[in-house]
Amino acid sequence: MSGNMIIVGMADLNVCKSPGALTTLGLGSCIGIAFHDNINKVAGLAHIMLPDSKQIQNNSNVAKFADTAIVKLLQDMGKIGAQRQNVKAKLAGGAQMFAFNSTSPSMRIGDRNIEACISILKMLRIPILANETGDNYGRTVELYADTGKFVIKTIGHGTYTV
Amino acid sequence: MSNGPSKLEMHFDTLKEISNIGTGHAVTALSQLLKRNFRMNVPTVNFVEFKDVANFVGGPETLVLGVLVNISGDLDGIVMFLVKQESARNLISILLGTSGGSSDDGSPNFSELELSTLTEVGNILVSSYLGSLASMMNKKIIPSVPQIAADMANAILSVPAIEFGKVADKALFIESVFGADEEQVSGYFIFVPDMPSFERLFSF
Repeated sequence: MSGNMIIVGMADLNVCKSPGALTTLGLGSCIGIAFHDNINKVAGLAHIMLPDSKQIQNNSNVAKFADTAIVKLLQDMGKIGAQRQNVKAKLAGGAQMFAFNSTSPSMRIGDRNIEACISILKMLRIPILANETGDNYGRTVELYADTGKFVIKTIGHGTYTV
Repeated sequence: MSNGPSKLEMHFDTLKEISNIGTGHAVTALSQLLKRNFRMNVPTVNFVEFKDVANFVGGPETLVLGVLVNISGDLDGIVMFLVKQESARNLISILLGTSGGSSDDGSPNFSELELSTLTEVGNILVSSYLGSLASMMNKKIIPSVPQIAADMANAILSVPAIEFGKVADKALFIESVFGADEEQVSGYFIFVPDMPSFERLFSF
């Protein structure tokens, strides 16, 4: 991990310019939404927990929800020089950590988070370059503003770059 | 009826005390099952912010095992029993006499039997904790079949964190250290009632 790596916490988001990098640790059912503007070398990373801010009363933290975090991330990237039409997305997380054979919506939260992210990105016409979501294991991700490289680290499922 | 902080704090204290007793019963149950004497420290019970929970168990990327039980009945929510890999190994050593969970690359490497054993230990501990809670608060609580997962602390904790993220940003976090002979086990309980249950708990 390089010295200028910014850590994005749970229900948090941040942006940076080249040569900076962003990381978020141990994504489970949460999603890491990585945005990159390859022309202006600007990156943004959000660690969202829930799909939709409109379904929740306690929704003051915009970084907690897919819908509001995506909007805020684009705004914040714009402030440091990114242009909306250059932004492309990569996704990771959304795992089902526990193998409950259940239709309970709270146990399917990983899937619901993935569906929400994909549909919002489609609506905003933001291309998804990589979708490393689902399965049943945790992921730590790193996003590099210079190249847009998205490194995914796991316990027992390898480390890879997309 | 005032909703000032002092009342909330009083309720937290009550819940803490109940958790204290519940954890004691949990370890006693384990001790009876195994016919071994377990020493137990007084558990520490706290309301902590979810973003800090992972730090209590060794950091966001630390390998932990979590046994998750969904509860329904008068209270809905999640109860989770968490142990670090080291403690999981010690538990396995106490229970089975094998030394599982070790591999060179740090990945979880427990056999089916070892995982099943840890699930059952988690189940016993969670069930007796819930039993105490239910009888002291006069509530009916039905636990689900337990499920286990071994992965990064943050990933495991994301499941109760998401459930709780709908309500507030704090969870009831109980640390209980117990052991037999040289083998120490540090176990953690996380109790996450859902929104209506949270209100019901604090209106007794």
